[in-house]
Amino acid sequence: MTVIDTAGTGNRGLIRLGHGLSDGMMIAYRNLSQLRHSPGAIIGTIAFPLAFVLLFGYVFGSAISVGDGANYREYLMPGLFVMGITMGTMSSMIVVAADNGRGVMDRLRSMPIARSAVPFGQTASDLIIAAATLAIMAATGLLVGWRAQNGLGSAVAAFGLLLLLQYAMSWIGVYIGSLVKDEEAGAKLGPVMMPVTMLSNVFVPTDGMPTVLRVIAEWNPVSAATAACRELFGNPGAPAADAAWPLAHPVLATVGWCTLLLAVLVPLTVRRFSRAHDGG
Amino acid sequence: MDIRSSDAIVVTEGLRKRFGRTQALAGLDLAVPAGTIFGVLGPNGAGKTTAIRILATLTTVDEGRATVAGYDVVRQSRQVRRHIRLTGQHAALDEDLTGRENLYIFARLLHLRRAEARRRAEELLERFGLADAADRLVRTYSGGMRRRLDLISSMLVPPAVLFLDEPTTGLDPRSRNEIWDTTRELVAQGATVLLTTQYLAEADQLAQHIAVIDGGRVIASGAPKELKARIGGRIDVVVHADHDIDVAQRALAGMARVAPDVDHDQRRLSVPFGSESMSLPEVVRRLDAAGVNPADVAVRLPTLDEVFLTLTDAAAGSDDRNPATRL
Repeated sequence: MTVIDTAGTGNRGLIRLGHGLSDGMMIAYRNLSQLRHSPGAIIGTIAFPLAFVLLFGYVFGSAISVGDGANYREYLMPGLFVMGITMGTMSSMIVVAADNGRGVMDRLRSMPIARSAVPFGQTASDLIIAAATLAIMAATGLLVGWRAQNGLGSAVAAFGLLLLLQYAMSWIGVYIGSLVKDEEAGAKLGPVMMPVTMLSNVFVPTDGMPTVLRVIAEWNPVSAATAACRELFGNPGAPAADAAWPLAHPVLATVGWCTLLLAVLVPLTVRRFSRAHDGG
Repeated sequence: MDIRSSDAIVVTEGLRKRFGRTQALAGLDLAVPAGTIFGVLGPNGAGKTTAIRILATLTTVDEGRATVAGYDVVRQSRQVRRHIRLTGQHAALDEDLTGRENLYIFARLLHLRRAEARRRAEELLERFGLADAADRLVRTYSGGMRRRLDLISSMLVPPAVLFLDEPTTGLDPRSRNEIWDTTRELVAQGATVLLTTQYLAEADQLAQHIAVIDGGRVIASGAPKELKARIGGRIDVVVHADHDIDVAQRALAGMARVAPDVDHDQRRLSVPFGSESMSLPEVVRRLDAAGVNPADVAVRLPTLDEVFLTLTDAAAGSDDRNPATRL
């Protein structure tokens, strides 16, 4: 996990790697412990996706037709999974921003720990929380009639892809959070995620959109991930024949997006946490 | 002050740091003797926090060098971090965890084993009067309790050097006294403390050495007693009746080089302190001889404003551009 810190050789390197791993686990443990003490956060984690499924499924579903007599909730669920994950980026960002504002980040960074343990631990705990959120959403989805039609293997692949997307998105959150002064400044960035998720195929097919919006929406990683999940779960809403490349090859495109995000953000974030810098 | 760099555990030499247009540090020289409390006194924006952040390996250096426990803060930052703890201006704690959990997690991050981490957390909570609140969320703590928990979490594994950045700003007097007591106890266990503060009284209470900084450099330094003698405290005399003011003023004239300041509304005379003939018993004797029965006579530390006025005036009026060397 903290391979970056294993500059030493032989035993020292191993000890350091061991410390790095246990430091990362402690950071993750700390974040999960926080959740345990704030019932509000737990209820939010459960209620938010639940409300999503019910609200969008029934309110929008009553008016939106996705063609071929397809069930809108079947169409919607993959998009909601992706949307839930994208929104989670904000909470990673705010947790890190709050730690910045309260000086916790300074304390952690001045301690004799592997500094990269902080972002790795943070993203690990985000991943665990996201897995729980996905499970709740899936259960709610099953209650309202959503089904994974392509069998267990594809369903597992779809959830794997969602978790990969979550992991990449969580690094975005942690990196932006580390640039932000405090929780308040972080919260101001919240609304940014809204258009990112809305300008996609989550709620409606892209082929009805004006050209400019359609191009943006079809190249949006959120759209690729949604289309990939629809394909893997066997849910309705296959992209139009003339859709952009990412929608025509959604699984490949999603893996590509995630790999690109991780390849850029992990070194950038680790550097931000490891080096002395002028920011707050 | 005569501390050779070799005896010092924290040394900065010509430290310079600029943020955009602000020159935060303009050649800061400090030498902190091991096993003492060293106070860095200065107003907001003097560069105190920047200095601490550089020493704690959080911020980069433009020019100059700094060592902690013999390690260079830039090139050997990992070794430096093994010897320091930082308690910053905010209580750097998890609000959504209990006091005990906060300590446990920090102890584990310092690589204490589970049982040892629990034992050490318990021990410190007990000793610093937080045992009753140990299982409450930090969110419910008072400002003073937070600072105390913050401070003791820096002592789970006692460091060689503890940086305290304005530890009592915003605290009520009682909490402030508790933080002072805790700090003294930490030093008694062998730590060196580098403390920044805006309050002369705090530096005077805690520190064996004080460096006064302004505009990113040291403008005076020395033991509190030396500095006070140099800056000059004041003796305030309050009298009962208006006609006593003139009598007292005549009685005290000639004690100091300047005439006493008189505040008629408060019936208070204020005499600058510092000359040889000036002492509290002498003031009382003179008042008594003049037949004035004072309502109150008190020695007062100069305020930070007065400290700066005095020191910057001295610097401006002197050929010696570095007043620190004259002490």
